[in-house]
Amino acid sequence: MTVTFPQKGLPWLLLLPQLLVTAIFFLWPAEQALEQAFYQEDAFGLSREFVGLENFIDLFTDPLYYQSMLTTLVFSFSVAIFGMSVALFLAVMADRVIRGKLAYQTLLIWPYAVAPALAGVLWWILFDPSMGPIALWLESFGVEWNHYLDGNQAMILVVIASTWKQISYNFLFFLAGLQAVPRSLIEAASIDGASPFKRFWTIVFPLLSPTTFFLLVVNLVYAFFETFGVIDATTKGGPGQSTNTLVYKVFEDGFVGLDLGGSAAQSVVLMGIVGLMTVIQFRFIERKVQYS
Amino acid sequence: MHNLKLASAVIGMSIAGSGFAATEVEWWHAMGGANGEKVNEIAQGFNDSQDAYVVKPVYKGNYTETMTSAIAAFRAKQQPAIVQVFEVGTASMMAAKGAIYPVNELMREAGQSFDESAYLSAVTGYYTSSEGKMLSMPFNSSTPVLYYNKDLFKKAGITQAPKTWQEVETTAKKLQQSGVSCGFTTAWQSWVHLENLSARHNVPFASLDNGFGGLKTELTFNGPLQVAHVEKMGEWQKNGIFSYSGRTNDGAAKFYSEECAMFTESSAGYAGIKRNAKFDFGVTELPYWEGKVKQPSNTIIGGASLWVLQGHSKEEYKGVASFLSYLSRASVQADWHQFSGYLPITKAAYSLTKGQGFYDANLGTETAVTQMTTGTPTANTKGLRLGNFVQIRGVIDEALESVWSGDVDAQTALNTAVKRGNALLRKFEKAND
Repeated sequence: MTVTFPQKGLPWLLLLPQLLVTAIFFLWPAEQALEQAFYQEDAFGLSREFVGLENFIDLFTDPLYYQSMLTTLVFSFSVAIFGMSVALFLAVMADRVIRGKLAYQTLLIWPYAVAPALAGVLWWILFDPSMGPIALWLESFGVEWNHYLDGNQAMILVVIASTWKQISYNFLFFLAGLQAVPRSLIEAASIDGASPFKRFWTIVFPLLSPTTFFLLVVNLVYAFFETFGVIDATTKGGPGQSTNTLVYKVFEDGFVGLDLGGSAAQSVVLMGIVGLMTVIQFRFIERKVQYS
Repeated sequence: MHNLKLASAVIGMSIAGSGFAATEVEWWHAMGGANGEKVNEIAQGFNDSQDAYVVKPVYKGNYTETMTSAIAAFRAKQQPAIVQVFEVGTASMMAAKGAIYPVNELMREAGQSFDESAYLSAVTGYYTSSEGKMLSMPFNSSTPVLYYNKDLFKKAGITQAPKTWQEVETTAKKLQQSGVSCGFTTAWQSWVHLENLSARHNVPFASLDNGFGGLKTELTFNGPLQVAHVEKMGEWQKNGIFSYSGRTNDGAAKFYSEECAMFTESSAGYAGIKRNAKFDFGVTELPYWEGKVKQPSNTIIGGASLWVLQGHSKEEYKGVASFLSYLSRASVQADWHQFSGYLPITKAAYSLTKGQGFYDANLGTETAVTQMTTGTPTANTKGLRLGNFVQIRGVIDEALESVWSGDVDAQTALNTAVKRGNALLRKFEKAND
């Protein structure tokens, strides 16, 4: 069914706020970044020189850039997969609870209200090698925890801090998805003698696949672009380069290092990556998703 | 009726007030907490001392944020008259010739008396052009020193604070025998263990007089002295003599908790240590390697200076000049120095503080000043002037971390850092040529 408007102007008027927001906060800066990527200029904008593709050549001949890409991939997929599996588990559990359901659900959603930088600092303190309770607890098992020195531990820390927040969001969607699964299907399976585990894998999980797919996209985008606050508040990309993701590198080179051209070139590459990611996800993964 | 009279009187007064409106001078700074309050107090002191100008301090976040916002503001033509920029931003500010108003020129043109020899050369040297002209006004300068836990020293039967790195090693071993798990930790590793290490031994950190001689400078911190030091630190990290605790000053926690008995940190960390340490502590000069240098040289400074930006009216610049003169007054300087632990910038402020008996009452507070002012600064100890220095520090942090974790040997790590750092220098040269 199509809704038709009597006048031609009204739909445009209704769309206008959103279009304006997109133009001002997305299209205009994107265009600026695209232009900037072909220039090298000093921080104050006193002189500007067209350098063609040089900023991109610098980028792609730098082995550290590839390393940062790899770091980003490891980080993003860890956040997405870890965050979604924990959230799914919690949602299945919360869905079964009969008493105090609302209390559980509300508590599980709380962390989403915490700002990324705060979440980062919180976990940073919990894991502080000399006084953090978790670090001290780990030490009692003989695990030497020092994320200042150990790149893998630093990565684990930023993954946990970034995931923790996102679990709430994922939880909310999974819970809604679970509640939409028709009871009759599950009951029928029970009558046929399917175990709870089998019922989940063969009925519930496939029916959840649109939600799962949606969350995969959202989580990857989150891990790619919105975890900058967590990293800045905790590891600042270190130790070494071990948590220097692509987005953090854009910030570091552009806002700390004041290398605007190089930083703009990186954001152009990022734009390309997002585009590519979206295409891949919708073309190849969506086909396997069952929409009921 | 009565109210009406009052109202008209108020209006009349405010009109009269605006007739003599004082010229406003905006000052962006990066001093949070207690120091930030002190900054407001200083500005208030200046505003009260005269009525032609009003200095308005605005806190803009940490050093990086303050500098970045000032630059963004300049691009949007909304820049403040004065901005506080950290020492590593010096080369970027200097290179922006059309954006800055050199302090020595400003003072001359505004008709303020300005005697550059009244300032401590070890402090102003960092902010002076190769022709010896002061480009920015040092505000808060500090230098690295060694703090040590006197209680733990006593327990281990140590009576003397270590002077050399050799002594640091033996002291740390004694401490470990008495049950202390870590000898020392550090804040700001690149600043303390490479930049100041080089200066202390009068060895260049970069070519062309540490970059003072021009944009073509190249890093040279992969020399034998630096490699030997970093190698030793890597070894110490393994046996607990040294314990790494991050790129900034997070190591303070280990010193406060008495996990580490010694701490190399900025002299400006004094106030924080005094507040948090539940034990008796001492301050001594930054150690040096015996046999590598006869007489250790002065260390170089960290901290920030005040830069004046272009694009304001003559009247405002007069206000800026008069404010900078006020800031340099011995009484104002001495007060700031004693309150914050930052170095005094004038000789008069130093002798005033001494005369007031401050150093005798607060043992250890003079260490940084004596360490800074021993001997005349050489080309290797005047300071560092490197473009993209913030990123170069990042590169150095990464290299050092790879040594502490035992992944790479010191020579390879420093060679890589020099190579990557030089690429950043060339990029800066190109953008600012």
